[in-house]
Amino acid sequence: MAEHILMDSAAIGRTLTRLSHEIVEKEKGTDKICLIGIKRRGEIVARRIQALIEKFYGKQVPCAGIDIGLYRDDLVSVFFVPDAQANELGFSVDGKNVVLCDDVLHTGRSVRAAIEAIFDLGRPAKISLLVLCDRGGKEMPISPDFVGKNVPTSAKEFIDVRLREIEGEDSLGITGKTEE
Amino acid sequence: MLGKDLLGMYETSAEDIVTILDTAVGMKKLLTQNLKKLPHLQGRTVTTLFYENSTRTRCSFELAAKYLGAGTVNISASSSSVQKGETLIDTGYTLDAMKNDVIVIRHPMGGAPHLLAKHVKASVINGGDGMNEHPTQALLDFYTMREKFGSFHGLKVAILGDIKHSRVAKSNLFGLKKLGAEVVLYSPATLMPQGIERLGAKVARSKQETLSGANVVMGLRIQLERMQGGLFPSLSEYNQFYGVQESDLAYADKDCIVMHPGPVNRGVELTSDVIDAGNSKITEQVLNGVAVRMAVLFLLVKNRQGGEVRE
Repeated sequence: MAEHILMDSAAIGRTLTRLSHEIVEKEKGTDKICLIGIKRRGEIVARRIQALIEKFYGKQVPCAGIDIGLYRDDLVSVFFVPDAQANELGFSVDGKNVVLCDDVLHTGRSVRAAIEAIFDLGRPAKISLLVLCDRGGKEMPISPDFVGKNVPTSAKEFIDVRLREIEGEDSLGITGKTEE
Repeated sequence: MLGKDLLGMYETSAEDIVTILDTAVGMKKLLTQNLKKLPHLQGRTVTTLFYENSTRTRCSFELAAKYLGAGTVNISASSSSVQKGETLIDTGYTLDAMKNDVIVIRHPMGGAPHLLAKHVKASVINGGDGMNEHPTQALLDFYTMREKFGSFHGLKVAILGDIKHSRVAKSNLFGLKKLGAEVVLYSPATLMPQGIERLGAKVARSKQETLSGANVVMGLRIQLERMQGGLFPSLSEYNQFYGVQESDLAYADKDCIVMHPGPVNRGVELTSDVIDAGNSKITEQVLNGVAVRMAVLFLLVKNRQGGEVRE
């Protein structure tokens, strides 16, 4: 079945702009903020937010990507060796307000893994969650603090996020499975 | 896929060897990046049952088990009920009753791991049995070769030293033949097993013939503890005619690597300048050994997830 485009490049740009303002509003300034993106797409989202905050508020907040491969909850049940990188943020998360960024929130399992990964690196004052798209279907008690777009979906539908840095274009599409 | 046990390269197929080496690539990456432990063997027990001395094999297995989250238990023959006359099979039953998942055994008699494997539910890994086989050492040698050369086809592996008493030589020979490499052996006639050509090895008649064009030069330790004396005149004479000196490496391929399973008798099978040269992989082999043993433990436990052996 054909894909339906929910957000085009301009819409994603507007949404990220809004989210960057929301973060600064909620955290009351840029002082304690640091951005951590879940590799790979979450890291790109985090980098974009970082650039926008710098553009509007003139401050470069710390930003890094983390690899959650080693923290996945299915390592033992599926029994595989993750192809993971060591996490080195280049800054300390101790006492910071971490904004964890990802492209799509679905089950919440990657977010759970990312939280564990962050705590291996230090003890932040607070972790909040930013997602470009919340598609529903949570399996963990995790809710986002900054949401780009709420898209209630069924398990049969597929959300596809394309980003300039990887696919060469920005867009967010939904594909529904054909009824049988 | 790999069965319940890893008893030798003789029983292991080329596909299984490649699977182990592929898994070890990921393990080495985790090791060298100093990442956190993997959780795969959490709650499982790996026992090392050593009837012979060892530093690197035992330590390597123990670290490999720990990096995967397993608990480890060490049993040395000198401090166990073996001294009171317990048989190997009874020791096996005892270990099985204590719910071991993997038993790593080293024994002075060839075939002891095979006997133990028949009687226990735990996976048995051969950590060296007499003059027969030492499969994990061979696997780490293969790993080291593959890392350097990428493939085994057309590779010439020269093995010099005490072939007769060496389990490493036999495991390497069985495995390398399956992987498509050429194996050339060289040692004094007294230390060369009769009929080894029938296993696919080429027996060289001179050091030059052995080394010419070799991609891998592997020295083996003279195993004085297994000799009843009189097999060669003296260590210095041995080094002169059968050991590898720096000048001898001129015969070999210019990109060759030097390997040794350790422990090395410096100045006997290899001289110090060869051991410490840039193309020597001897310390790298030790690191690869941990990665390969992690891969073996990982795959064997994967096969018996839930405690049962999957056929």
